[in-house]
Amino acid sequence: MLESLLALGGLVLLRDSVEWEGRSLLKALVKKSALCGEQVHVLGCEVSEEEFREGFDSSINSRLVYHDLFRDPLSWSKPGKALPGGPLEALRALDKKTSSGPATIALDSLSWLLHHLPCPTLCQTLHALSRQDSCPGDSPPGEQVRVLGLLHEELHGPGPLGALSSLAQTEVTLSGTMGQASAHILYRRPRQHPTHQTQWFSILPDFSLELQVEPPLESQPRSDPHTPSVDPTTHLTFNLHLSKKEREVKDSLTLPFQFSLEKQQALLRPGLSQATSHIFYEPDAYDDLDQEDPDDDLDV
Amino acid sequence: MKRTRTCGKSRDVRVPGALGSCSPQRARPRGWAGHLGLRKGKLTLLCDAKTDGSFLVHHFLSFYLKANCKVCFVALVQSFSHYNIVGQKLGVSLTAARERGQLAVLEGLRSAVDVFFRPREQLHPLQFLREASAGDLQPLYAFVRDALEPVDGGEDAWRCPVLLVDDLSVLLSLGVGPVAVLDFVHYCRATVCREWKGNIVALVHDSGDAEDEESDVLLNGLSHQSHLILRAEGLATGFCKDVHGQLRILWRRPLQPTAHRDRSLTYQYKIQDKSVSFFAKGMSPAVL
Repeated sequence: MLESLLALGGLVLLRDSVEWEGRSLLKALVKKSALCGEQVHVLGCEVSEEEFREGFDSSINSRLVYHDLFRDPLSWSKPGKALPGGPLEALRALDKKTSSGPATIALDSLSWLLHHLPCPTLCQTLHALSRQDSCPGDSPPGEQVRVLGLLHEELHGPGPLGALSSLAQTEVTLSGTMGQASAHILYRRPRQHPTHQTQWFSILPDFSLELQVEPPLESQPRSDPHTPSVDPTTHLTFNLHLSKKEREVKDSLTLPFQFSLEKQQALLRPGLSQATSHIFYEPDAYDDLDQEDPDDDLDV
Repeated sequence: MKRTRTCGKSRDVRVPGALGSCSPQRARPRGWAGHLGLRKGKLTLLCDAKTDGSFLVHHFLSFYLKANCKVCFVALVQSFSHYNIVGQKLGVSLTAARERGQLAVLEGLRSAVDVFFRPREQLHPLQFLREASAGDLQPLYAFVRDALEPVDGGEDAWRCPVLLVDDLSVLLSLGVGPVAVLDFVHYCRATVCREWKGNIVALVHDSGDAEDEESDVLLNGLSHQSHLILRAEGLATGFCKDVHGQLRILWRRPLQPTAHRDRSLTYQYKIQDKSVSFFAKGMSPAVL
């Protein structure tokens, strides 16, 4: 699965959530790239360098260049430990650093960058970073730049999510069920229809990936086939079944409060329905029997 | 104010077992709480939904003071005397801790007025109250940093530094944007957790309101940054005299990426006068 994610190049978007975190997959992809002999540049905004490098052995760590935006991204510290120029310059500087040879850039995370940079600026910079301006034929496949971006889905509205999604060559949405993580992958190959794939996986402690089988849906508890099913209506003192004739009569019955065509006609036809009721009013001694209509003086 | 607070009902707590520990060596696992095993340099997020989660704040405050840690308490919701009274029921005196230098408190309710009486050059931790547009929380971070900075040279009398915030949702109500609050927590993590190997405990409210986007962004952003989330929820079926709510414990950013089986636990609880009793779902003594 990791090879296919890294094969297309361009922007690989990893969409995760609070429940299904994506940093482990990001680190697995970083490890895979490093093992292929590539330089990996990591722009770390959310975790410290020690935490990111944790779990990697020395061969991978030696190929990993960590650009630390975690310690002082907004230049609040007195002796400035910040990267010069702030987040945007740090991002643009990666473009120059990866100009020679195949490289992988990991952005941890795009959510942080999206909160601190305007969305159009970020999209333009990402576009330039993943070298999408040049035609695929210009640069040989070995010199592709791969940008892996971790994005926390719940933190952004549909606008920025859609913008980043449209920039991505490969989009991985992490979810899962019953303790098993899954990745829904969307590949956008040039001049082809987008293809979908769902893969169940787990990440091992050394950040290698293990594919899993889809967990079975919860099965209904099946009744024991040996015990014969008992019909509860056999020994009743009343009849629950209808014969065919009874059923017909029942179906043709009009319900008393249903407004059918016959009823409508009966109401419209005057005369026959006048037989009914009269009201007899016997006034008390104190009743005021004024026959005038109190609303007469209203000019309506 | 967008949010209403329940008027200061004392929630007293003594949680059996170590819900938090400053150093792994000192942790005494007692039953289920033992494998909560917090280590140093972690952010614990306290979250409450449809209930009052402040009992957890009181617990952590008294716990870390008893564990001889240097505590910086950003108390934005209640007065100092309220926390002190509850703390005394739990066996700590906040006044005494403050006097001996173990506890630094920012009492939001009282010191908010000082913002307007200070000259502009002297930045008050709650300086954002004075700004017309949504500012950032750099002065608040500076206060925390100055309060918890380890003493240069010589041994510090206290163990690891701890930042306790009650609570972060109030900052949203006061006009600070969610990204600014996330940046503040980010800087505190970088300094308190990573540099000084201390812990951070912060309370945030889950309004449950789908239209409150700022609250959602804050809660989700903090959840992504946290190592441990303790979520106090009211029962789905409503108020109950014997079970006050349920506590969900969720570990995030585990060291072992696949240790999912132990990732979350749920307990129900009942708050009593000086302690909280926890039990498995459906096993309340009142029901059995």
